[in-house]
Parts: sequence; C-alpha cells; structure tokens
Amino acid sequence: MKPRHKRLILVLLALALIGVGASFVLKAFRSNLVFFYTPTEVFAGKVPDGQAFRIGGMVLEDSLQRQNDGITVQFEVTDSIENVPVQYTGILPDLFQEGKGVVAQGRLNAGGIFVADQVLAKHDENYMPPEAAEAMERARKIKMESK
Amino acid sequence: MVPEVGHFAIILALCVASAQAFFSLVGAVRGHVNWMAVSRPSAYILFFLTAFGFCCLVISFLTNDFSVLNVASNSNSQLPWAYRLAASWGSHEGSLLLWVLMLSGWMAAVARFSKGVPADMLSLILGVMALVAIGFYSFLLLTSNPFDRLLPPALDGRDLNPLLQDPGMVIHPPMLYMGYVGFSVVFAFAIAALISGRLDTTWARWSRPWTTIAWAFLTVGIALGSWWAYYELGWGGWWFWDPVENASFMPWLCGTALMHSLLVTEKRGSFKIWTVLLAIITFSLSLLGTFLVRSGVLTSVHAFATDPERGVFILGFLVFVVGASLALFAWRAPKVGLGGKFDLISRESALLANNVLLVVAAASVLLGTLYPLFLDALGFGKISVGPPYFDAVFIPIMAPAMFLMGIGPIARWKKSSVPDLAARLKWAFFTAIVSALLIPFVMGDWSWLVSFGLVMAIWIALAGVVNLWTRLRQMTSSGDKTIFASLISLPNSYFGMLFAHWGVAVFVVGVTLVGGYEVEKDVKMTIGNTVTIGDYTIRLDALTELDGPNYTGVEGSMAILVDGEEVDRMFPQKRLYTVQQMAMTEAAINTGLTRDLYISLGEPLNDGSWVVRVYLKPFVDWIWGGAFLMALGGILAVSDRRYRKASQASNSTGEATSS
Repeated sequence: MKPRHKRLILVLLALALIGVGASFVLKAFRSNLVFFYTPTEVFAGKVPDGQAFRIGGMVLEDSLQRQNDGITVQFEVTDSIENVPVQYTGILPDLFQEGKGVVAQGRLNAGGIFVADQVLAKHDENYMPPEAAEAMERARKIKMESK
Repeated sequence: MVPEVGHFAIILALCVASAQAFFSLVGAVRGHVNWMAVSRPSAYILFFLTAFGFCCLVISFLTNDFSVLNVASNSNSQLPWAYRLAASWGSHEGSLLLWVLMLSGWMAAVARFSKGVPADMLSLILGVMALVAIGFYSFLLLTSNPFDRLLPPALDGRDLNPLLQDPGMVIHPPMLYMGYVGFSVVFAFAIAALISGRLDTTWARWSRPWTTIAWAFLTVGIALGSWWAYYELGWGGWWFWDPVENASFMPWLCGTALMHSLLVTEKRGSFKIWTVLLAIITFSLSLLGTFLVRSGVLTSVHAFATDPERGVFILGFLVFVVGASLALFAWRAPKVGLGGKFDLISRESALLANNVLLVVAAASVLLGTLYPLFLDALGFGKISVGPPYFDAVFIPIMAPAMFLMGIGPIARWKKSSVPDLAARLKWAFFTAIVSALLIPFVMGDWSWLVSFGLVMAIWIALAGVVNLWTRLRQMTSSGDKTIFASLISLPNSYFGMLFAHWGVAVFVVGVTLVGGYEVEKDVKMTIGNTVTIGDYTIRLDALTELDGPNYTGVEGSMAILVDGEEVDRMFPQKRLYTVQQMAMTEAAINTGLTRDLYISLGEPLNDGSWVVRVYLKPFVDWIWGGAFLMALGGILAVSDRRYRKASQASNSTGEATSS
C-alpha cells in the first residue's frame, strides 16, 4: 500500500498547493482591479469612496494651470457633458495636450478634485486612448438619447 | 510599378504556400514521395518571393514614393534614410510583411538544415508551417495590404511616429518576430509528431536547437523593448506589466519551460506529451501576442489603430490554430507514448516543478492581461489590472523556481538524494544567505525584499560555480588533464546552461537593487540651479536651441559634480517633431557598471525655467546585461559541436534515409 499512499499524499499536497496558490492569485487580483469611470459618472457620484480608479476624456481647452512650485498642475477632464477637475504633481507626459485625449489614475478627494497618481500617455495612432474614446462615445450616446 | 510587383510577389507566395501545404501534408500522410518532394523547394521559393516583395516595399520607402498609402502614412522626406528603412515595418501592414518574411525565412532554414530528418516528417513540418503561412499571407492580402496606393499621391508623408525614430526601436520588432515566428518551427515539429505518432529522443534532438534560437531572439527582443522604454519614455521605468509587454512575456515563459522540457525528452525520453502540449501553448501565445497588439483594445504606445474586420479575422485565425492543434493533441497524444519513470528527488522532478511554475506564472500573467479585455468585450466596462497584482503574484511563483535553478543542474537523473544534494550545495547556500543579509547594509538601507532577491541571485550564481568546480575536479582528478584543458573540452551546451543561469542571477541582482535603491527627484531649475542626488550634484549651465533633420527643440547642458569637481557633462533634450507636432523627451543617461545617472527635461515653465527629472538608478544595466547573457547562453548551447557532428554524419548517410 505504501506507493499508493505516497501517491495519494502527493496528489493531496498538489491540490492543496493549487488551492492556496489560486486563492492567493485571486485575492491579489481583486485588490488590484482599477475601474474606469467617465466624467459624467464621476460627477453623478457613482464612484466608490476612497478607491483608486481611472478617469478619461478630453483635456478641456484653456484649463491647464500650473502651481507656483512649477510641478503641480491642474486641468479639467471633460466628456463634453461634465467636467472634472484634476490635480497632478509631476511631469506630464509628452503626449499630453489641451484638447486631446487623456486617461488619469488616482482618487477623488473630499473637495471633489481628482488627485491623480498617474497621467497615462499611452494611445494609438489617433492620439486617443481607448478609455478616453469610450468616455466620449458614452457621452455622445447620452446626448443622442436625450434629443 | 514597384509596389504592384511586390504585391504580385506576395500573391504568388500565397499560392506557393497553399500548394506546399496541400502537397506536403497529403503527401506525407498518404506516402506519395513525389508530393513530399515539393516541400523543400517550395520553402525556398516562398522565401525568395517574400523577400522580393519586402524589398519592393523598402524601395518605396527609400525612394519616398508617397503614392503608396503606407509610405505616406509612415514616412517623410525629411526622415533620415535609416528610419525610412525602419518605417517599412513601423506600421501594422509593414510589420505583418516582416512577419511573413521571417516565417518564410525560418521555413527555408528548416528546409536547408534538416538533413537528418526523414522525408515524411520534414514534409509534415513544412506543411504545417505552410498552413500558418497561408493564414498570415491571406490576412495580409485581404485586410492589411502594405502596397495599397494613395491617389492622388500625398505631397509629403505623415512622418514616422517619433517614438519609433530610435535605433533600439528599429531592431526591437525584428528580434521579437524572430522569436515569435521561430516558435512556429517547434510547433510544426510537435504537430508533425502528433500526426505521425512518432515522438522519440531524436525528435527532441532536432527540435531543441530551433527552440533555443527562437528563445534567444525573443529574450533579446524583450530586453530591447524594456531598455527602449527606459531611455525613451523618460520615466525611468523598465517594465510596466503593460498588456503588450505581457503579450511578449507569456510566450517567453512558456518557451523557457519548453526548452527545459525538450532537454528532458532528449536526454531521458520523458515528458513527451507535456513537451508537445507546451510547444502548442507557446506558439499559441506567440500568435496571441502578435495579434493582441493589433486588436485595437489595448491602451498602449504599441497599439495600432485597426478596424473590426481585422479583429475578426485575427480572432478567427487564432481560434482555428489553437482549437485545431489542441483537438489534434487530445486525439493523438496517447499515440506518442509515455516516458521513463523517475524519483521524487531527481533532476527530472526539479525540471518538472520548474516547468509547472513557469506555466503557472504565465497563466497568472494571462489572467491579468486578458481579464480586462474579456470584461470590455462583454460590455462590463473598462477596467485595468495594476502592476501590484503582477508583482504580488509573479515573484512568489518565481521564487521556488529560482531556488530549483540551483538544484536542478546538480541533481542526478532519475534518482538523487537530499543528503547528497545538501552536502554539495551547503557552502553555496550559506554564503548566499550571509552575503544577502549583509549587502543591503553596504547599499544603505536594509529591506526584506532586497535581501530575498539577493539570496536568490547569489544562490543561483554560486550553485553554477559549484557545478563547474565539481565537474572540473572530476575531470582533473585522474591527473592526465589540466584545469584549463578540461575547461576548454567542456561542451558548449554546458557553458550555455551556465551562462544562461548566471544571466538570470545578474538580471535578478539588477532588478532587486534598482527596485530597492533607486532615487527620483523632480525639480524646477533655472540656469545656475543645482540639485543633489546620491553623491552627485547636478547644475544646469545652459539651454540651447536645437535644429534637427525633422525636429526642433531645446538642449540643456548639465554639469555633473562630485565633491565640487566636474566629472561629466550631460545633454538632455526636449524635441518637437515638426510634422506630427509631437513632443519627445531625449533623456541624457550616464551609464555605469554600478549605476545609471538619468536626467530628462520635463516641461518649460513660463519664467524660462524647466521642470527637470533626475534619477539615480543603481545596477539598472544589470537587468539588460543579464538578459543578454541569457541569450548568449542560448546561442552557445546551439553552437554545441554535437549538432555539427550530427549533420556531418547524416550528410554522408543522408540521401539513403530521405526516401
């Protein structure tokens, strides 16, 4: 019976390891999911409190302001329906421009300003990140429905 | 005229590939010798036609033919000629043409360098590769033709994306594709084995070098991409767990597992079914990687804007290839047979555990990469999985694998004993622990993570040393060989293993020390200001206007001072590429063996000052150094004399067996 017991123990051990590993992976996974919201959804208060999330849309023209320390900036993200003020400390990516698409990741502070940890510069050939394009698309649909 | 000729060449290539697939596969299954004889020459013809077509595209770029849509979209008369050449594969269509060029190149190589392979196996292999080729050529011709005309022609082109106007970015795609496409060879070997039901150690011996070369290229390709992101994107990061990076990393992980599994199949005849499955998985991930970048669902600097038609074709092709090969596997795998038994403590089990860990790591990366795409496709909104997930999952999975890397090469085949292994490795083990505990104090700060990384790296390195030392001792113990003579008589494949594993150790050292000790500062600077970082003081001395071939900009002149003495001067630039009106940061990097000093210009402020980002990155170049060492190990392994001997032997008996 010995080899059979050995094999059984081995199988059980493997299953246990897989179980532990899987739950570990899923836990890490869930705690690192970052959801995306459009400016309209943020304005409507649909964002869960305190959690990091992503916001995307277009940078509102003439909204870029630099603070005195030179490194903190403020601008507004819009999906053509609502605007959300964003604050970011750091160097903006080269591709960042007023009137172009932007995606930022961070949190909403108590004052309703989105404090960004990252401003993403990734985009496709049309200089529009898919998430920003999504925000504009959803806004367009809302406008069409309300006509 | 030239684009049309090129277009025609590719159409012909598709016809040749179709004929090749049909005659090779049916001929091999039915045993028609004349049909099987088609496979070799058609591979050569396919490569010739594809290379010809590729040259036509290159000529269109080099001669600034803006009546070709692809040239007009990706080039410019002011673009330096080297980048005009690179622009031929800088777009979706052009890069696909590069892909099929590589595929036909590998097919020609397989046709040329497979003297020992029986005719029917070779026919099956080339036939399967031809099937893959049909998919890609059709995709190219039907949805992504690089030879489309633009009429009336543009006056000038839209210029190549400035991010791609860089030497690193020029060779990154060819290297990556050599790796991706190279895995199609072992895939074809695996499918051929399944169809014919013949899989033995000889099969493993043939497929191993092809796999190793492809793996080496992929390693270089990924390393180049990482290095490029570091110096070009201006953020000093080298890996972001970006979906596109993951798309290249997953085949690498499975390719590594495949290489090691093939080793066992060749040496011991075990792991046969697992090896075949891994070959299918690795190539499927290669395809997935190639296509993920073109699907349009990714937010990435890599993403090509595509239309839904391409996405549907891609998805269909991927489903077909993966589905058909897995179905074939499920049906025919039992024919392939099982291998030898081995003990719980043995080299086989160490390699098996290593394989499983690598595949599990790849699976967890796959989960994090594809889950957002699935949710998006199902309409559940856009989410992203942050880098912390990947770090939290990948490192614990890799930790036991790295530990096993020290044990595997030393363990005996079939049966090893723990006391024996412990005795041989205890010196390495304790030295690793002690030095890993002490080194962080030398670097400044002590942290668990740094110590852990160092333990692993030093353990792997020392285990390799122990391995070499033991081997040399055995060889010189009989007294008739000096150490040097023994050293040079060791096979290349052995050094390949040592270098590759040492490469991993070097890589881990780089990752650990950079992660633990890098310093970043963002400051506002005007002329005369200084900033200190580490032992260095950096002073902005001047800002001058730039005038490049297709860009303008500003260049800063920064003096680097140590203890008040100027030791160097660095020139970060901020460029504006005139055609696309796109800003680009050219960071100034002072590379050293033990650290990089990295300066990039951020943004100009209204008062004439600039936001400047300064980094001190200890040991960061060990990251890519380690990767290149790994690739070098791969090349060494393939240059082993037994492959040359084998082909010499089969040359003399070759023609007798290939009927």
